[in-house]
Amino acid sequence: MNLTLRIWRQKGPDDPGRMVTYPVTDVSPDMSFLEMLDVLNEQLTLAGDDPVAFDHDCREGICGACGMVINGVAHGPEKATTVCQLHMRHFSDGDTIDIEPWRAKAFPVIKDLVVDRGALDRIIAAGGYITAPTGSAPEAHSQLVRKADADAAFESAACIGCGACVAACPNGSATLFLAAKVTHLSLLPQGQPERMTRVVGMVDAHDAAGFGGCTNIGECSAVCPKEIPLSTIGRLNRDYLRATRERSGTPGT
Amino acid sequence: MTSRADEPTNPRTGGPAGRDGAEPVNRLRAAVTNLLGRRPRVTEVGQSSMEYTNQDNIGTETGTAPESPDGTLFTYGDPIVDRAAPDGPIETRWQRRRFAAKLVNPANRRRLTVIVVGTGLAGASAGATLAELGYRVKSYCYQDSPRRAHSIAAQGGINAAKNYRNDGDSIQRLFYDTVKGGDFRSRESNVRRLAEISVEIIDQAVAQGVPFAREYGGLLDTRSFGGAQVQRTFYARGQTGQQLLLGAYQALERQIGLGRVEMHSRHEMLELIVVDGRARGIVVRDLVTGEISTEYADAVVLATGGYGNVFYLSTNAKGCNVTATWRAHRKGAYFANPCFTQIHPTCIPVSGEHQSKLTLMSESLRNDGRVWVPKAVGDNRPPREIPEDERDYYLERMYPSYGNLVPRDIASRAAKNVCDSGRGVGPTGLGVYLDFADAIARLGRHTIADRYGNLFEMYQRITGEDPYEVPMRIYPAVHYTMGGLWVDYDLQSTIPGLFVIGEANFSDHGANRLGASALMQGLADGYFVLPTTIANYLAAGPFEKLTDDHPEVVAARADVEDRLRRLLAVKGDRTVDSFHRELGQIMWDHCGMERSDAGLRKALAEVRALRDQFWQRVRVPGDGEGLNQALEKAGRVADFFELAELMCIDALHRTESCGGHFRVESQTPDGEAQRDDEHFAYVAAWEFTGADRPPVLHKEDLHFEYVHPTQRSYK
Repeated sequence: MNLTLRIWRQKGPDDPGRMVTYPVTDVSPDMSFLEMLDVLNEQLTLAGDDPVAFDHDCREGICGACGMVINGVAHGPEKATTVCQLHMRHFSDGDTIDIEPWRAKAFPVIKDLVVDRGALDRIIAAGGYITAPTGSAPEAHSQLVRKADADAAFESAACIGCGACVAACPNGSATLFLAAKVTHLSLLPQGQPERMTRVVGMVDAHDAAGFGGCTNIGECSAVCPKEIPLSTIGRLNRDYLRATRERSGTPGT
Repeated sequence: MTSRADEPTNPRTGGPAGRDGAEPVNRLRAAVTNLLGRRPRVTEVGQSSMEYTNQDNIGTETGTAPESPDGTLFTYGDPIVDRAAPDGPIETRWQRRRFAAKLVNPANRRRLTVIVVGTGLAGASAGATLAELGYRVKSYCYQDSPRRAHSIAAQGGINAAKNYRNDGDSIQRLFYDTVKGGDFRSRESNVRRLAEISVEIIDQAVAQGVPFAREYGGLLDTRSFGGAQVQRTFYARGQTGQQLLLGAYQALERQIGLGRVEMHSRHEMLELIVVDGRARGIVVRDLVTGEISTEYADAVVLATGGYGNVFYLSTNAKGCNVTATWRAHRKGAYFANPCFTQIHPTCIPVSGEHQSKLTLMSESLRNDGRVWVPKAVGDNRPPREIPEDERDYYLERMYPSYGNLVPRDIASRAAKNVCDSGRGVGPTGLGVYLDFADAIARLGRHTIADRYGNLFEMYQRITGEDPYEVPMRIYPAVHYTMGGLWVDYDLQSTIPGLFVIGEANFSDHGANRLGASALMQGLADGYFVLPTTIANYLAAGPFEKLTDDHPEVVAARADVEDRLRRLLAVKGDRTVDSFHRELGQIMWDHCGMERSDAGLRKALAEVRALRDQFWQRVRVPGDGEGLNQALEKAGRVADFFELAELMCIDALHRTESCGGHFRVESQTPDGEAQRDDEHFAYVAAWEFTGADRPPVLHKEDLHFEYVHPTQRSYK
């Protein structure tokens, strides 16, 4: 099939950037979307042009490196699918496809489709863990975990940190990412001792990074390649309210 | 803290430590007079050297063998010995090593800096643990976040000898299975330690909140993996690597938040800095700005993964590369068993020329899936129309006691053989069926979805076929590399102060890794082994402070800058990927599932010719400033070329078959790998002697006191 691509080109953080149109020919329906971009980049390279920069690594939908907005939708048209797992059989001959980077205040563009998502790591560093220094762990079976809790924790822990939720959110909020981690750890008995400090630390880091607030629109969950449910945000909010209430009543904190 | 005034020595050979790795070729070298494939007759050190050359190798099929300028493929050097491993009863070796290792006082740890390159399971767990202990850690990864290292993609599970199932498992049995699974080409001491530590890893991961699969009673669930008859594999659906890595990553982020780890993502190590025989730092490129900088430390840890991407198509992430370990190799670290690569039996078959990578379907699927091909050649009916008695469940037929759960090397070769016999399925004929119909009938679709749901979805997304309805089509693909930098029991390379952990080292898997053992080894190294053994080295520090004007630093930096400039200056007419794809095809054809003397010689000639073409014709657009992904790739592919040669030489010299290394010349009457313990029960540790100069082979003899080598049988 033959396609017309309109791709966001931006040389660096200070370049205003613009959409540039490229034709690509002989695209196979078995190609992944990124393989189609590989073809374009080979052509650009041989023609003496600068290839389009985009993040990618595992190409199995698990590392979370890839991400682009395709025709206005983060990760493109297929539900629960990262762009590396999106195949060209979902497009038709003659299509025009718009490709843009994640756009959010907290994700500055580095080049073309590559953005800086370091803010997500800073949210984790602010509390998205269970403190368990190596060597201190008790026997694994000393604490039982209900299967339902373990399964639900897993569902939230499946977040790949790609940032699609932020790109889709009109407020540029990372609340779904935050909620997924808070839910994962707060569902487990091991996560209880730090439950309140965790949620406060992570929410503060989220806000400090320049992400917007959540207004329950739900675009985030709709584009999430791992289908993290919106209900995690409800859980986050309950924990946050409880934590801030407890904190306000505790002298010295 | 203790201080040590003595000169650094190479801890393995007792000789002087290499300064820059480019040791003269004419150093002491044992002479050999063997023909390839004959027993090397090693004579006293110091005798005149008769190097192995193609001229010696009369009687092989090819008359046009490739050779170095002087006709030498490689030469033999002194044997190498692992002096860090205690002897005595194997059950207490690790305990005794821990007790004998020097300690560093907590107050002194904060004066010691450790560089950790790579943030996968090994690197993240090591970085976090070292920081918890109080060392200053600088961590580097090429990805935009440490959480994206390729351990994230490991699917099936992690082994541990917990014996929660009461099915006869024990540390001893995991040790035994791993040594046997590796086809008796790994060190007993290391494997025994790995098996002991396996139980602690599960405890550690559970404490971190890793959501392993559980039973209704709240206990941890386990399943079977290849090469074992017990259920010792812990898992988190088909995303065990992801969950374990997130556990280690979160521990690392905690230390970053506490200011104890300095994290540098989107940075790539391009050179090792060796000063006075010690690894003291690295040269890194900031992938965003293009800036080259030098970083110093008291020790350097490489946790940079495997080199499967030398084949271009593999299950590795696109960025996985050999550059860090190869640069260290060029500086004097020996590279061990480079030809030991693992071809994983269950991957989605190649669909066309455009393919950029291969996707694994977890080995755990072989718990419930049955592998088959039609009995008749050319039977291209849809699989559901082929009646039961016209199907060949060849693994169950050939290996009745292990059935579909034979180790990976055996399953892969069996798939290749049935396809070569014309019974392969799918459009290319390079595929076999992995069928879940029986399991779905027995357990119900719901249970199968619960166990493998995400894998089935992934399969459907890529192929457009529904594996609940039609059998999966699978074919072997490059997955893991057992070879890597040589390390001693302390995980220290032949360069003092350079430690290598995880897939990047060669240590524990011999010639074939068992499923669910990579995660175990990465975390054992990072959480438990390295943090203990590195103290023994660091106790002699802190070392002299380095500055940017030190001659070794200036030289290392200049080398990096010069190399980048050369890559950019070619301005040829072929892309980096086109070279990489061609290199991969050569390696897959001749250094893949089956290797032969003639094929490997052909590959060597082709690789060398292609490497010359690369440096004349590659086109790297842009410049060294700013983000330049083509330049990153070009540097990695340039190193793959050099590695590929060493792999072929290693595969050529090892004329036996063992594990994943199958030489057609060495097979049992029924086509299994035929080991040659008399001549090849050793680790091949290769020394770099200079570009286009023959490498030197140092043998580390392997001794089996506890697991007696036998012909592996899974029948």
